Amino acid sequence: MSIFYFIAFLSILFAVLVITAKNPVHSVLYLILTFFTITIHYILLNAQFLAIVNFIVYMGAIMVLFLFVLMLLNLNVESEPVKSNIVKFAGVIGGCCLLATLFGTLKLAATSSPVVLQDQGLGLVKNLGKVLFKEFLLPFEISSILLLSAMVGAVLLAKRERQPDGKVF
Amino acid sequence: MDLLQIGIKAGLVVIIFAISLVVAMYSTYAERKVAAFLQDRVGPNRAGPWGILQPLADGGKMFMKEEIIPARANAFLFIVGPALAIMTACIGSAVIPWGQEIKTGSLTIDLQVTDINVGILYIFGVVSLGVYGVMIGGWASNNKYSLLGAIRAASQNISYEISMGLSIIALLMFTGTLSLKEIAEQQHGANWNVLYQPFGFLLFMVCSFAETNRSPFDLPECETELVGGYHTEYSSMKLGFYLFAEYINMFISSAVMATLYWGGYNYPGMDWVTAHVGPVIGPLIGTAVLFGKIFAFIFFFMWVRWTIPRFRYDQLMDLGWKSLIPLAIGNIVLTGVWITVYDKFFK
Repeated sequence: MSIFYFIAFLSILFAVLVITAKNPVHSVLYLILTFFTITIHYILLNAQFLAIVNFIVYMGAIMVLFLFVLMLLNLNVESEPVKSNIVKFAGVIGGCCLLATLFGTLKLAATSSPVVLQDQGLGLVKNLGKVLFKEFLLPFEISSILLLSAMVGAVLLAKRERQPDGKVF
Repeated sequence: MDLLQIGIKAGLVVIIFAISLVVAMYSTYAERKVAAFLQDRVGPNRAGPWGILQPLADGGKMFMKEEIIPARANAFLFIVGPALAIMTACIGSAVIPWGQEIKTGSLTIDLQVTDINVGILYIFGVVSLGVYGVMIGGWASNNKYSLLGAIRAASQNISYEISMGLSIIALLMFTGTLSLKEIAEQQHGANWNVLYQPFGFLLFMVCSFAETNRSPFDLPECETELVGGYHTEYSSMKLGFYLFAEYINMFISSAVMATLYWGGYNYPGMDWVTAHVGPVIGPLIGTAVLFGKIFAFIFFFMWVRWTIPRFRYDQLMDLGWKSLIPLAIGNIVLTGVWITVYDKFFK
């Protein structure tokens, strides 16, 4: 339990650092650390497969792309676009609504009993695969089609258009 | 786990760590000797007999060099870069089975640091983490050549990770397990996976060349275009760490290739040998065989470096996205068809 509190503390600390860091590249690096602590949370929950997939997909691929884009843009304080007052005001209202909702939910929620691990092999690849491909086959396939359509959409957007005069740009 | 087993594991970790470092050290020597051999030269021959003390001389030189941190560089990340590079290179060896279990009396020694049941995915995760060392170092140097090298490394790693993952999937369909220990055990004797997945092995090997930034895919440190690539601004032991990380990566990826496809510690007639030399020496001979395979792969890495010229960057991306990924998907489909046909008609 003490490991959990320590890791939870770290996740929240890094998550706060993500939004307080001045440099966008530092923000991304803190976000990577946040994902790493979340991976440890998964391992504590005995979900090995989910942990390693979180590790590979979020830390190893998505965050590399984030870092990649930020390095190319090379954002810094001087070039940061200043947002208009309307956007800032909308942001404050949105944040307050989220805070009120969170407080309301937490107040209503009853303290749940601690989760007891019923099956040691619960999060292992074999069991996860069986559940995914038997009980949740339809949602699984639907989400894979969703991902596929996103991929096709990205390719279409990135595709060079051929102009009427034959130029490619 | 009792105290003895923990002690054994700790000893194993230290031994494997030391072996990785020594192999990486002598890979630098071997690289120069192989280059000399392929180019009909003598190579390093001054430090000690046949120049075998050359790596020590090089290491000493690295330590003595002046350490420079560029004025406008991000000093903290500048140091984190090479540290991350060498750390991710070293942790990959934790799941590789170095040999069969050694049984003496009541004591069983497992020559693998840990057998997590998602072993392959662990290696895959470590590989995908490896790029951060290069990216952070390249960005923190505040140099355009370093940044270009870092960006090249990132896009190259991401592109080749996909086809690497896809080529592993075909192997996993075949073996039915993610644990490297079980995969090694399945290849008992000469029943090696490369016989069933020759094409998957080729794809995996090409991708591991790209993932370790080795020639012909060493564009992140392409000296003709980018001075030194991501490590342009580095000097002293921080540069040494980057170079060292590359050789450790080469060692680990050779070990992974040998374990996944070329039978790991298995060799034909291993049962007969083990029955004759006893249950302690037998597995150690297997370990020696594994190292023989690893050294053969390292030699192959070097052979390719001095044989094939470097790719152009657009050619690299074309090869990754337009050739390797479709081929890897085709390999998965073929493997699936073969498994179905085999289960239906030959079982």
